[in-house]
Amino acid sequence: MSALTAERSIATAKQRLTARPTLRDTTSQTITMAWRALKKMQRNPEQFFDVIIQPLLFTAMFAYIFGGAIAGGVTAYLPTIITGVLAQTSLTACMATGTQMREDMEKGVFDRFRSLPISRIAPLAGPMLADVLRYGIAATLTLLTGFVMGYRPGGGVIGVVAGWLLVVFAGWSLSWIFAWLGTIARSAQAVQGIGMMIMFPLTFLSNAFVSQRTMPGWLEHFVNVNPVTLVINAIRDLINQGQLTANVVWALLGCVIVVAIFAPLAVRSYSKKI
Amino acid sequence: MSTSDLAVDAAGLVKRFGRHGSDTVTAVAGVDLAIKPGEVFGVLGPNGAGKTTTLSMLATLLPIDGGRASIFGVDVASAPHQIRQLVGVTGQYASVDENLTGAENLWLFARLHGRSSRQARALADDLLDRFGLTEAAGKQIKNYSGGMRRRLDLGASLISSPPLIFLDEPTTGLDPRTRSQMWETIRELVANGSTILLTTQYLDEADQLADRIAVIDRGLKVAEGTPEELKTGVGESTLQLRLTDKSLVEDAAVLVKQIAGTAPVLTPEAGGLNVPLPDANKAADVLIALREANLSITSAAVQQPTLDEVFLALTGHATESADQNEEARR
Repeated sequence: MSALTAERSIATAKQRLTARPTLRDTTSQTITMAWRALKKMQRNPEQFFDVIIQPLLFTAMFAYIFGGAIAGGVTAYLPTIITGVLAQTSLTACMATGTQMREDMEKGVFDRFRSLPISRIAPLAGPMLADVLRYGIAATLTLLTGFVMGYRPGGGVIGVVAGWLLVVFAGWSLSWIFAWLGTIARSAQAVQGIGMMIMFPLTFLSNAFVSQRTMPGWLEHFVNVNPVTLVINAIRDLINQGQLTANVVWALLGCVIVVAIFAPLAVRSYSKKI
Repeated sequence: MSTSDLAVDAAGLVKRFGRHGSDTVTAVAGVDLAIKPGEVFGVLGPNGAGKTTTLSMLATLLPIDGGRASIFGVDVASAPHQIRQLVGVTGQYASVDENLTGAENLWLFARLHGRSSRQARALADDLLDRFGLTEAAGKQIKNYSGGMRRRLDLGASLISSPPLIFLDEPTTGLDPRTRSQMWETIRELVANGSTILLTTQYLDEADQLADRIAVIDRGLKVAEGTPEELKTGVGESTLQLRLTDKSLVEDAAVLVKQIAGTAPVLTPEAGGLNVPLPDANKAADVLIALREANLSITSAAVQQPTLDEVFLALTGHATESADQNEEARR
């Protein structure tokens, strides 16, 4: 009898076999994985420390320290520093995404994910989707700190909302670079180390805090081609001017290109990992 | 039985770890497996023998470096997504999410298998009940005991009712009571007609659960058969002897072989002989013969065969190859 049952269950199982996950499967699996990541955040709220403390601290600190020297006054400096910190915090937050993904991948549950008939991108895309919440919190708090300090952006509500969306989207896109690092690095610490090495030059050698025109020529050239500068220009156009400029289009295009390159790389090296 | 009828059909499976050159470790060096549907097949071997690696290749968790394998006629290397639909894997260390509760884990895996949220909840409740975990359903896994984790892990592997289940050392590290509970659960699966591929370090586990056993050592299959066949090869029990005069070990071996009918395994440096006995009553005959030949002994003991003896008998060396391969993997 058991042989018969076995035969029948094999026959039905073989009939139901699908060649690959459909786009709908992938989407639903990604959302399920995002649910898992959100549950984890809910139970380990210390994961939110960086995106809560950094915006408050950095915005106030940089504005009061550099405001007078750079812009002649704190209020005059706010349009520069708020948009700069927006970009900086979302970059830091996406570094944490890569680090946490690496930690997560070492856990046994990832072995099971690999053994399941699910889309290979879902275990990566899920947590990254959930981390959009972190970028959103960071961007919101940075803006709120600015408002409290007297920042009145010229772009109005629509400009601010558009800028906020761009920051979050840029954070999500760039996090694919760190996700890829997470799949190739040997440890979470390594991701953190490499991340810092990329992050610091990119954020400080940009126009986040100081206009590039005050820098030596060679540095100015670097700052001009720095993708972070690109994103910051776009954010400033939206939030401070309320204008949809070519900068915004370039920033969006840049983000899309980053995802198009690093998402497949990340999925490939994740699938190969032992 | 034709090839496509086999649950698992593997020929010459090879897995190497490490870079090219001298530090390459061959973890699996050409393993053949033929497992029939509805059968419980045990892969027995010491730590680092290549059991988990073999299983990982069959479960598409590791690429196959040599040979080929198919599951229910589906090629493993070329159709990994299909294989993942046919196989449920329960890992050596419970692969469930520490941060989630038992119920949430099962819900998550059911959702990933394409069940609706409501179906997934019903299925999770069902499995929790079946594995005696209803009370612990709302507890996070990090608060579970080892046995509870394994049971939940096994439950998670059954969500899609896969026709083939891999159990990688399901009871390693469990206490004897939890172990026999786990065996009970596995027997229920068998009764439901699942095909099971089980790896274990314990002869008695393979003996209890498996219809057929393959013994693996250093990446190679050294024997295959029913538990009875394997045990007859080793002897139902072993007589362990120590001689007073170590230099007489060879003489004693000749005599013992005449009486017992099987060649003893020698440990000359300790003056020891391990005599495989098809019948424990033969022990007395051996002892009497030794005394009549004036070969005096310091100790004698009759024991059930252990995995070590199976290995000694099958490979001529003890299970000391141990952790080399495991280390190379890390």
